[in-house]
Amino acid sequence: MSDFDTVSADGVGRHYGRRRALTNISFTARAGDIVGLLGHNGAGKSTLLSILGTLLAASTGVVRYGGLTSDAAGASLRARIGMLGHDLFLYPELSARENLVFFGRLYDMPEAARAADAALERAGLAARADDLVSSFSRGMRQRVALERALLHGPRLLLLDEPFTGLDQASAAALVGRLREEQARGVVTVLATHDLDVVDGLLNEVVFLQGGKRVAAPASAGTLRDRYREAMHAS
Amino acid sequence: MSAFFRVAALVVRKDLTVEVRSLEVVSTTLFFAVTVVLIFAFGFVKEGVPMDGVAAAILWITVAFSGTLALGRTFERERQADTLRALMLAPADRPALYAGKLVGMLLLMALVELILVPLVGLLFQAPIFRAPLRLAGLLAAGTLGFAAIGTLFAAMLVRARSRDVLLPVLLYPMTVPVMIAGVRGTAALFQPQPDAGMAQFWFALLVFFDVVFVTLALWTFEPLMTD
Repeated sequence: MSDFDTVSADGVGRHYGRRRALTNISFTARAGDIVGLLGHNGAGKSTLLSILGTLLAASTGVVRYGGLTSDAAGASLRARIGMLGHDLFLYPELSARENLVFFGRLYDMPEAARAADAALERAGLAARADDLVSSFSRGMRQRVALERALLHGPRLLLLDEPFTGLDQASAAALVGRLREEQARGVVTVLATHDLDVVDGLLNEVVFLQGGKRVAAPASAGTLRDRYREAMHAS
Repeated sequence: MSAFFRVAALVVRKDLTVEVRSLEVVSTTLFFAVTVVLIFAFGFVKEGVPMDGVAAAILWITVAFSGTLALGRTFERERQADTLRALMLAPADRPALYAGKLVGMLLLMALVELILVPLVGLLFQAPIFRAPLRLAGLLAAGTLGFAAIGTLFAAMLVRARSRDVLLPVLLYPMTVPVMIAGVRGTAALFQPQPDAGMAQFWFALLVFFDVVFVTLALWTFEPLMTD
């Protein structure tokens, strides 16, 4: 199995024909780091997450997972990546348990059913385990989706707008969960607009504008203040 | 190799579970296929007598149209919650995911054809029981060729904005050889003096297309889905 404790993007770019979605992005995240990708809509956050998740090939540059690249490691590298997309990656026609068991088996987990039950217990959804996901609220779906992303114990966790649809208590619970994963040495990269929620959680911030990384301001205000400053300065 | 089949079987089972619960794709595809055949029957059957030699073409046109509808709906389901990306992220052979989707599509189209073929036989007085095994072979081989390319294109186009327009535009020119072989082979069986040799020739050609299309799709699925 391919394991790693650093993830580094080195000059990563992605273009679609003549349109540049991402240009020359570099950063390094180490075990236990939580990196925030911040920027307006269309800044390239989701594209960068897709490249880090090996779902999209970079047009330029390279992503290294320890000493590995996605081309070289392939499926064994994907086994160490968990991703929560903006669209949750769940089948609404299946129950919460069926979703988790299906993905657990897809990840070749020997005890997929038991792991699914434990995950639903953690998410506080054990009583609704056999209900169809289509009957869940957005917040409940989000909790199942997070458990799906974490089910196989990934080393790299990629989250696209993980706080969408969560009430204050659920958002706080998610922050707590991310801190637990941080303590386990998981590298987390998350794209979010919920600046107040993640203030104090992030070890490193990558500000993106128009597909390019913009310099982080030197000032020591709140994350929201620094975000405004970074976006206006560029 | 066993991991390949395990993953493909997981995807097939999941697709069937979802379809059994919603019946969305089966019902729309079946309804569409029956409607197409009925419309053709109004045009080509006069006073209870069908025009000569149209049954085979109508059968294959309906297979192609309803198959395109099924492909679109099946992958629309994967698009809605972006689950195709979740499948692609799994540490499974990506061609195995393709194979699973392909088998699911074949089962669905086979179910539609089970209703479609007797209906064409009834309305167009086509002798579907004259050489049932040869007819089944032609349908199986033709459906595999069509679905092999269709599944690849539908998966590729999942995130394209104009996927509903692009799918038939890409799919029909590529599958013209399959359709021609299917129509000619079936027509050889349906004509007053059935020509088994001719049907065998077109069947062999369909098998050749199947081998080419399935190999090509398995080979190109991963790079096409990540670029």
